[in-house]
Amino acid sequence: MSAYAIRCQNLAKSYDGEPAVCGVDIEVEPGQFMALLGPSGCGKTTMLRLIAGLDRPDRGTVEISGDLVSGPDRQVPPEKRHVGMVFQEYALFPHLSLAANVAYGLSRNGDRRERVNAALEMVGLAHLGHRMPHELSGGQQQRVALARALAPNPHVILLDEPFSNLDASLRERLREEVRTILRQAGVTVIFVTHDQEEALSLADHVAVMMEGEILQSGTPRHVYLHPADHLVATFLGEANYLPAVGTGLVAECEIGSLQAMQPLDGKGEVMFRPEDLIVSPTLDGPCKVVDMTYFGHDQLLTIELPSGHHLRGRLLGSRDDFKVGQPVDIHVDTPVNVFPTRFGCPDLSEPKS
Amino acid sequence: MPPVLLLCATLVATMSIVPIIYLTLRTISLGPRLAEVIPQLNVAGILFKTVALTAAVTLSAVLIGTTLGWLTAQTDLPGRRVWRVATCLPLVLPSYVSAYALIVVLGPRGLLQHALGPVGIERLPSIYGFPGAWLALTLFTYPFVMLSVRAGLRGLDPSLIDASRSLGRSPRQVFCEVILPQLRPSIRAGALLSALYTLSDFGAVSLMQFNAFTRAIYIHYTASLDTPTASLLALMLVGLTLVILVLEFRAEGSARYYRSGAGSKRPAPRVPLGLWRWPSFAFCGLVTLVGIGLPILAILVWLWHGLQAGEPLAPHRTALWHSVIASTAGAVCTACAAMPVVWLSVRYAGKRTRFLERAAYVGHALPGIVIALSLVFIGARFLLPLYQTLAMLVAAYMIRFLPLAIGTMRSSLLQVNPRLEEAARNLGRSPREVFRTIVLPLARPGILAGSALIFLSCMKELPATLLLGPTGFHTLATRIWSATEEAFFARAAIPALMLVGVSAISLWILLANEEKGISA
Repeated sequence: MSAYAIRCQNLAKSYDGEPAVCGVDIEVEPGQFMALLGPSGCGKTTMLRLIAGLDRPDRGTVEISGDLVSGPDRQVPPEKRHVGMVFQEYALFPHLSLAANVAYGLSRNGDRRERVNAALEMVGLAHLGHRMPHELSGGQQQRVALARALAPNPHVILLDEPFSNLDASLRERLREEVRTILRQAGVTVIFVTHDQEEALSLADHVAVMMEGEILQSGTPRHVYLHPADHLVATFLGEANYLPAVGTGLVAECEIGSLQAMQPLDGKGEVMFRPEDLIVSPTLDGPCKVVDMTYFGHDQLLTIELPSGHHLRGRLLGSRDDFKVGQPVDIHVDTPVNVFPTRFGCPDLSEPKS
Repeated sequence: MPPVLLLCATLVATMSIVPIIYLTLRTISLGPRLAEVIPQLNVAGILFKTVALTAAVTLSAVLIGTTLGWLTAQTDLPGRRVWRVATCLPLVLPSYVSAYALIVVLGPRGLLQHALGPVGIERLPSIYGFPGAWLALTLFTYPFVMLSVRAGLRGLDPSLIDASRSLGRSPRQVFCEVILPQLRPSIRAGALLSALYTLSDFGAVSLMQFNAFTRAIYIHYTASLDTPTASLLALMLVGLTLVILVLEFRAEGSARYYRSGAGSKRPAPRVPLGLWRWPSFAFCGLVTLVGIGLPILAILVWLWHGLQAGEPLAPHRTALWHSVIASTAGAVCTACAAMPVVWLSVRYAGKRTRFLERAAYVGHALPGIVIALSLVFIGARFLLPLYQTLAMLVAAYMIRFLPLAIGTMRSSLLQVNPRLEEAARNLGRSPREVFRTIVLPLARPGILAGSALIFLSCMKELPATLLLGPTGFHTLATRIWSATEEAFFARAAIPALMLVGVSAISLWILLANEEKGISA
């Protein structure tokens, strides 16, 4: 008896010889809210299609609630998997009313109408059941798609870039709504996104995917604070890198000796986030502000070190007015990540010319 | 790929290609006998007549079509909007109806001779033979060229005209040096369409007693039951058609290339015709008059004659009924046969499905009389119980009109987003249910329009109906044909009028669909 709602092992799929997913393992616990995060074309949508049964994997297995649904000699068709899916473009049936769209996945039992109403109620659209999809706004269509997927009480809900077709203000509001709805439904969720902020804020588990492979997975806090490598670190947010020489948990670099989270012996580099950089104006010094962007609640500084390296600093609530050319004092108090020196990567730690 | 669908599509594709293959094999197997037959047969004469007619019709269609296309699209011709529609109208006359009308107007004992009698003109030059066939087919095919030229002019960037004017060219020079070269692909496309049509036409050619391939095939088949000759001639006609098709294929490729730079939204400036205004007006009037006005008038006159003389209506009712039965069966069967082929090619695109679709398109390249003849042979030899039944006729309709059905259905099925089907599968429905509840309802308008078009095309179809219709099975088309051949002009008036109505509806559907982007 497997404790997982979804379990994929060594899953692989290529299209016309072009690999999309290469040997991925995923385990999702019941009720978990998991984000598959990655740049476009990294294979995350393919993962959803393999789990939903819309495509057949080349190798590997998919289990849903402990049942093998895709395997070497087994491919359960999508209609037998009890997996709900919300498509990026919603895929509402244009010839059916909202109520009929939601009812489409329900069997013709006595309580069909009640369940349709309950599902529409849940997304706050009970009064619009007779409308046709084209009469709705994008956000409403999104919620109907969710109601339709939830109505048959699926084991699992898959969401493919659910918010990418909405404008920014609506997106933020709908995110919270959708999270609340899904939590209330108590369903296991995998959602796919390329937006790291969305992944970090919505999910309780994030898997970072690139070029068909999962690079790291863990809680949002863990993957943000302890990225496994440069790719993950950079994809999850802005990162500063500096070459360093380590002895145990102390890393020596251009801005001083920093406390390391992982032991490093010999050459490597340190990584810290812009918000970890503490910046204060000074009268004279080797480090200068070379660029400043003001956002109101914070401001983002680019600081040039004597070596020519650039660092980014995010200052929250600071009222200091930094001008380009202003000398500054910088230091980092928090423990930093250390990585072995990269080979063959476009080097972020190199001085900018 | 669902095996049942694949099986159905394979059957349909097989049905489409078997007749022509059989015809070829059979003709080849007659080898030694052909050697006896050929010298007795005036092959060179028939070939010459066919090619001459095709060339003449194409040339005149290009001249008339290009002139009218330009006049109605880009000049200050008086009444431009009205002419734009009126000049398309000859399309609603099936070629044998327009041949019938021309004979009635210009032939011996015709309306024109009747009108000229008092002036002392007793005999008109004969309409039968080359002149009649040429006139009837030119009037039917120039709209192909005209529509293609208009589309070409619409895609022309008006700033090219301005640029060449500003570089010191007169309007006439602009037309010859800029517009005409740009229009060449459109003209060529229209010309090849009209050539293809002329080659395959049976109705006008046979009513005008012009011995082109189609008529020669029919005569050899009926008069002497001389099947080796008929099949040899049919095969030669197919060869000639293939030559034209290859040319069309090439022209199509380059036409697309030229039009890819469709210009700005600003309409092109109207060219002032000056002194030529009224002669141009008269030209439009003449073409429209001969192309649609006189024929309709002639049909109405003979309708009146017929009603006066107490022409019985009952046979027309039977003919209408027969037409409707055969065409309904044809439309339903063709639409059903097209469905698996189209669905496979839309959703399971690949080498195999593309081959199946191509095979189903063979009917596009075959003149109706050739399809009919091959089915006659197959029926008489292998399917005797079906021979001379409606089933054979419906089979001919299917082969002939499958390309039309595939064309219309394909575009409407392509518009169904595959995500919708996936969403439906996720919601627990089987592929069959998904097709029934999602795909069919969404594609219904296109499927219905396609079926209606096939229905109307079956109504107008002549050669296959003539050869394969059961004994005593007279449709509107065959009645017009036999009544005209036997010079019972009044008898043809009512069915002719009905068929003009039928063509008008099909033209309307076709144009309406084209506007929506569903082109046949």
